[in-house]
Amino acid sequence: MSRLQVVSGKGGTGKTTVAAALALALATEGKRTLLVEVEGRQGIAQLFETEALPYEERKIAVAPGGGEVYALAIDPELALLDYLQMFYKLGGAGRALKKLGAIDFATTIAPGLRDVLLTGKACEAVRRKEKSGRFAYDYVVMDAPPTGRITRFLNVNDEVAGLAKIGPIHNQAQAVMRVLKSPETAVHLVTLLEEMPVQETADGIAELQAARLPVGRIIVNMVRPEVLDRADLELVRDAPRSAVAKSLSAAGLGGARRGGNAEKLVAPLLRQAEEYAERYELEHEQRAALGELGLPLHELPLLAEGMDLAGLYELATELREQGMK
Amino acid sequence: MSPDPAHTHHRLSPARVLALDPLIDDPKTRIVVCCGSGGVGKTTTAAALGLRAAERGRKVVVLTIDPARRLAQSMGIDSLDNTPRRVKDVDGEGQLDAMMLDMKRTFDEIVEAHADAERAAAILNNPFYQSLSAGFAGTQEYMAMEKLGQLRARDEWDLIVVDTPPSRSALDFLDAPKRLGSFLDGRLIRLLTAPAKLGGRAGMKFLNVGMSMMTGTLGKLLGGQLLKDVQTFVAAMDTTFGGFRTRADATYKLLQAPGTAFLVVAAPERDALREAAYFVERLAAEDMPLAGLVLNRVHGSGADRLSAERALAAAENLEEPRIVDQEGGKAGLRNSPDTYGSSESPASETPAPDEGSPAVAENTEKERSVDQLTADLLRLHAERMQLLSREQRTRDRFTALHPEVAVAEVAALPGDVHDLAGLRDIGNRLAAGRPELPEAAGE
Repeated sequence: MSRLQVVSGKGGTGKTTVAAALALALATEGKRTLLVEVEGRQGIAQLFETEALPYEERKIAVAPGGGEVYALAIDPELALLDYLQMFYKLGGAGRALKKLGAIDFATTIAPGLRDVLLTGKACEAVRRKEKSGRFAYDYVVMDAPPTGRITRFLNVNDEVAGLAKIGPIHNQAQAVMRVLKSPETAVHLVTLLEEMPVQETADGIAELQAARLPVGRIIVNMVRPEVLDRADLELVRDAPRSAVAKSLSAAGLGGARRGGNAEKLVAPLLRQAEEYAERYELEHEQRAALGELGLPLHELPLLAEGMDLAGLYELATELREQGMK
Repeated sequence: MSPDPAHTHHRLSPARVLALDPLIDDPKTRIVVCCGSGGVGKTTTAAALGLRAAERGRKVVVLTIDPARRLAQSMGIDSLDNTPRRVKDVDGEGQLDAMMLDMKRTFDEIVEAHADAERAAAILNNPFYQSLSAGFAGTQEYMAMEKLGQLRARDEWDLIVVDTPPSRSALDFLDAPKRLGSFLDGRLIRLLTAPAKLGGRAGMKFLNVGMSMMTGTLGKLLGGQLLKDVQTFVAAMDTTFGGFRTRADATYKLLQAPGTAFLVVAAPERDALREAAYFVERLAAEDMPLAGLVLNRVHGSGADRLSAERALAAAENLEEPRIVDQEGGKAGLRNSPDTYGSSESPASETPAPDEGSPAVAENTEKERSVDQLTADLLRLHAERMQLLSREQRTRDRFTALHPEVAVAEVAALPGDVHDLAGLRDIGNRLAAGRPELPEAAGE
């Protein structure tokens, strides 16, 4: 597994959840992972049921077998000051820049620079070593911007390196791109078995590949369990309504005769089955379309009780069982 | 917007029902802004509302930000661009135009409109400008607001429906004009423009020591060429920015005006509704007029009086050995042992069944598969009921926090929208304000 795992996906597909589950999965058995949030939504804190994360690497979970998950919500403004201090010893000048509005400029008006800082911080964590020479983190997992923006986000340093043709920003941008375009990085896309997210995934992969960014895997999230199989669905089509009514009645749900309680259930239950059948077909098509993209495919189940901390561990186990470790 | 008190609903009793038709029919409604987090069907909602308003007689333009190809195609337009295009086959007297924001094009147009030809060319060719306008994230928000202002100023439409960018922080588009303003009022811009305009002397006066330190630092950081590009850009943009800010302020005020209605779009999921609550609070803080919440993809059931628990128990019943209700002669064959370990009559544990028995008649096979189907139908129903109660809990949490917000619930569709008819269908669901129950179970 690459040391920088970037998780993107269309809005609403659950990429923060998948990123967190992946960080847990990779931490299992004594590893240390850093889960990085770049969009300031505090989604990680909500997921792990802790208070809002400060701009500081902080342990948020213990993985089975003694591993640890750290989390960091990157604040672009603080990252810039941090960065100025680290590389140029510009503590005082940084404050002066802030007073002038230059920090505002860098992080909001010229938001490209903001992306430089965010990717730069993540790459710094990837490369950081302890005194012992061991990497500070075995893996860094980034909860990245959505698919529509991921290529531009990761590629921003290329653009910046082109704009600032010399100087430390140029060098920094190039160093970041060396990490992002190497096998050290893998960009995963989270999707649902629905038309729009699948289409967006296909487009996203094409864009990433065109930019020579390393595409990792496709993770299909919230996969619904198969309740009705093909045989059932065929039977539904010309379902003998009276037989179903009898069956319902036999199950203890009232009378099977016309107007009986069991009989009244038949129509709505069959209607639900038709909806299911329609979705079943759509999901099959989408699964086939994803298969054609030629990337490793993982599927995570929809958790019946909604997403919570226990569910997160369940998804992490699932990912490990599917070989993401 | 006043709710219809008679319009109650079994799932929506505590919240007010948002009636969308009166909103889009009201000639005083000139702008509808759809906002919400990504993936909740914001763009589709905007398009469906636009179509519905047009078919109810209004002259509508829909400004989408990043529509899925399918959505553009559903309006009969293969690729939407920065110019409003007429949507064909709209019923009735009204009309519908649709467009997609092209931020670079919009930015270029502003430059062209506000600077003389020579200066405009200098800006358009500046490398820093090219990067900025081509979509450093954030530009989209400014340009969406700019475009809205432009459309409104053209006065060709009596209703503008706007989709909002899938921003990192959901309401970035509201901050855009202000941020731009504070940036333009800031000292940095004067610092950057001064040396380029006056060869540095005014800058020295302006900030003396700090000044040279800053340009030195910036030069060191950015590299000399980039700093020069930025300075030239800012200097060239100076006049343009002035007009831009005035208009951004005007757009912000336009959003607060009585003719504007905000719709917060969400899905009945925890994250989406949390974002929605944040939107509601932000809009109130900014004095933006909120019409209500559109809750997409809500599930219903025609058999909602059958609980998940009962359905599951009944499904188990069907798969347990049954003797009682068999038709003549086959009772013994269906008396198979309890393989589910949850028999209500443990005493009935009989010896192993005669699995390969040739006596299993075709008729029994069929009956068995109907039982199996029925059991699966009941499980499917149980799953639906669990989903319903989860959605209900999530929605109730929102309603408890914001009882003042009117809600329109839109029933989930099994598939995506492919044509105008699909959009029309969503429009009907939107206007109904509550999910249509398929073949209600009756009394």
